[in-house]
Amino acid sequence: MTAPAIETENLTKEYPHGFLNLKKRNSLEGLNMQVETGEIFGFIGPNGAGKTTTIKLLMRLIFPTAGTARILGKPISDIDMHRDVGYLPEQPYFYDYLSAAELLDYFARIHDLPATVRKERIEKMLQKVGLETAGKIQLRKYSKGMLQRAGMAQAILHDPKVVILDEPMSGLDPIGRREVRDIILGLKHEGKTVMFSTHILSDAEMLCDRVGVIVGGKLRGVGAPEQLVGVKAKATEIFFELTGQSAAPLLAKATRTGDRYRLQVPEAELYDTIDQLRAAGAKILSAAQVRATLEEFFMDLVEADRAQAAAVEVSGK
Amino acid sequence: MKRAGVVALNTFREAVRDRVLYNLLFFALLMMAASVIAGQISIGIEQTVIVTLGLSAISLMGLLISIFIGVGLVSKEMDKRTLYAVLAKPLRRWEFLLGKFGGLVLTLAVNVAAMAVGLFLALIYVKPELERGDATVLIAVYFIWLKLALVVALALLFSCFTTPLLAILFTAGIYIVGLYVQELRNMPMQMMSGGMTLFTKWLSFLLPNFENFNIMAMAAHSRQVPGTLIAQNTLYAAIYCAIVLTAAVVVFSRRNLK
Ligand SMILES: Nc1ncnc2c1ncn2[C@@H]1O[C@H](COP(=O)(O)OP(=O)(O)OP(=O)(O)O)[C@@H](O)[C@H]1O
Ligand SMILES: [Mg+2]
Repeated sequence: MTAPAIETENLTKEYPHGFLNLKKRNSLEGLNMQVETGEIFGFIGPNGAGKTTTIKLLMRLIFPTAGTARILGKPISDIDMHRDVGYLPEQPYFYDYLSAAELLDYFARIHDLPATVRKERIEKMLQKVGLETAGKIQLRKYSKGMLQRAGMAQAILHDPKVVILDEPMSGLDPIGRREVRDIILGLKHEGKTVMFSTHILSDAEMLCDRVGVIVGGKLRGVGAPEQLVGVKAKATEIFFELTGQSAAPLLAKATRTGDRYRLQVPEAELYDTIDQLRAAGAKILSAAQVRATLEEFFMDLVEADRAQAAAVEVSGK
Repeated sequence: MKRAGVVALNTFREAVRDRVLYNLLFFALLMMAASVIAGQISIGIEQTVIVTLGLSAISLMGLLISIFIGVGLVSKEMDKRTLYAVLAKPLRRWEFLLGKFGGLVLTLAVNVAAMAVGLFLALIYVKPELERGDATVLIAVYFIWLKLALVVALALLFSCFTTPLLAILFTAGIYIVGLYVQELRNMPMQMMSGGMTLFTKWLSFLLPNFENFNIMAMAAHSRQVPGTLIAQNTLYAAIYCAIVLTAAVVVFSRRNLK
């Protein structure tokens, strides 16, 4: 049993706020989370949930009020751990007087990559993120998406074992997003561990072995996407055509487009409904299981959190 | 340590690509050209005028660079958040800080040297034969550079815990007060209460003594500089910088990046 790639224990960050900074507010409350070696872990949550806070804590850009974390079995205060970790900041910004190639060269030197591999590695990275023609342009002339790409390149430049990405898809065009997805999957194939935060739930669903949902600074659910959403009641959607007379009371529940209808029925009533439709002379075009999406799960959680917050406010706690 | 060197070279590169620097340099050389003209008007004391004006120009330009770029070294990186990706690398915060400091001190060395060349060209213009005593001008330039390193360290320290504007004010304030440390020490103490005397005394030793680095009068008259003064100033600047930088590291290492 190997140690988890990333592991947090009661990680808490509180920020002072209000008049004279006297009040405290928890941006992150007692986070206990593990990211296993070799998996793609998605970190999702609404704006202000604490995703960036967690990632910044892991990278020692801010320091926790309480709790600890380990990456690759080493405490995060250990500087050596950073050799094996790649990080993409949220809305990355880099030295605008450098070109992308120079920036990567600078970082490669900090990583102490030997001169013999530096040049080749930089070219490979620029190509990987689709900046091979823009490598010599100063970063001040980069668009948002290009900066994001440069950020991706510096995160994986030194062949890290663990890659932590804060919203890697933001600001990217559809091609860019696809490329980032491919890079993330590629990293997994190479046996690396990837943790990334995102708002794009379809990406998380498509890519992640597991996701963690964080709302209001607290972790609300961790698991495989299909497992997390599996709790929803299953239903089937029937798609059929019915011309002329429409007698069946079923039709009241269906959505109609021309002569075609869509009808959602619970699993238990599926065959009954089909029989009724056949009796009414409908032509069944398709019947498919409705999968609850991560989005619905997510929305439910956020709604519940809002409701709770409102309740607390009313009771004056 | 090697990584601090990498950061220093990048800081140097940033300065080299900064247009502000060339404007300042140009302005300094302009001042020296002006000093030649001023020197020609004041016949007989050309050298005094040129050396005094030239060294003042070097000092002034150097101070502007040290304070403004010095305060921006770290605060600009925090502001633009360029620091995030850098500090996530295997780079300790003290290495980063030391690299930033080293980079600007290196930049200052190159700048001050360029201006010194300008000064010597002005000198040669008015008197074709240089004497041995003119080497004092070089030592005066070296002292200015030491002083600037100290100013950079102070600017860096202040920028680690306060806003850039306040850091500029503090650094400039300490510099100005530091010019009068000697006067502070020699103040007529009998006029003050005991506590006040003690406080003034402590303050005068705590503050950097910038006047120590000023040998403009000696340079203007080509007088020899005693070797002990050179050693003393070098040591003073090195120790003072080390203390200030250590304080900066302590503050910066605990700082949460916004
Ligand atoms: N420097 C700071 N000072 C005070 N509060 C802060 C600071 N940084 C973050 N916060 C607070 O911490 C909470 C979590 O912020 P965080 O940036 O982690 O959210 P996030 O999940 O990354 O959101 P987003 O999806 O918008 O990026 C927010 O309520 C924010 O207001
Ligand atoms: Mg965020």
